[in-house]
Amino acid sequence: MEPQHQPTRKRGLTAIDGALALITILLIVQMWLLTATLESYLAGHQEVVLPGAIISGIFFLICTGLYLFVRRVDAEARGDSKSNKQALPSESPP
Amino acid sequence: MKLFRRLRTDPVWKDEFSIDRADEHYVSRRQFTKFLVLTSLGMFVGNMWILARSWFSKEPVYPEKSICRATDIPIGGVRLFRYPTQKDACILIRTEDGNFVAYTQKCTHLSCAVYYAREKNRLECPCHEGYFSIKDGSVLQGPPPRPLPRVVLERRGDELVAVGMRIHESI
Repeated sequence: MEPQHQPTRKRGLTAIDGALALITILLIVQMWLLTATLESYLAGHQEVVLPGAIISGIFFLICTGLYLFVRRVDAEARGDSKSNKQALPSESPP
Repeated sequence: MKLFRRLRTDPVWKDEFSIDRADEHYVSRRQFTKFLVLTSLGMFVGNMWILARSWFSKEPVYPEKSICRATDIPIGGVRLFRYPTQKDACILIRTEDGNFVAYTQKCTHLSCAVYYAREKNRLECPCHEGYFSIKDGSVLQGPPPRPLPRVVLERRGDELVAVGMRIHESI
């Protein structure tokens, strides 16, 4: 009696969890990068500031891309879920 | 037939509480992802702020200030003074070879006051045992992340004058 949309939903959740884990790792690296850049800047090493900002920007763009991916997967899973829900009454006997 | 339909479809109470529990998981994950991305944006903005600070910061102008007469300090002696403002404690040391060096007295770890350990010829922070070189203020040991900012001295006759600060020494 498992609904038809469950496998798609589970795959979607797995994909979202994977994206979430990646974003978390990127965020931790970004936090370290910010503190390391600040520390180096205060120590007078101004040459590290620009690469730090560029890498942080790249990480942010990757995070944004992953968020858009999550939104797309979410929308697809919901659309699939809704279409299955709508299809269910017609499958039931009159 | 009516009973059969009732068995195949959701219970009646679900019509009143029409939120799918699996959908709740989706919403919470999506919202959490959004929160993480906004935090990532915050980190990026922080890095950009540092970049802007480094681009638009101006070199500070330090006043000249007479500290004392050179003959007032014996070999291995120290003199405390304030430079560039009255809030910035500094320490002037006459080293064993007769030269004068001056550093800010604030440890770069947690701002405890450093003192001159003559027997070991180094500056020591008593709070967490951070040691600094007397030659250039670099960190010899301990938790301080940066060298001590150095006060630039000029000797005018018998007078010692502070003319600037050198904050960015090599680590």
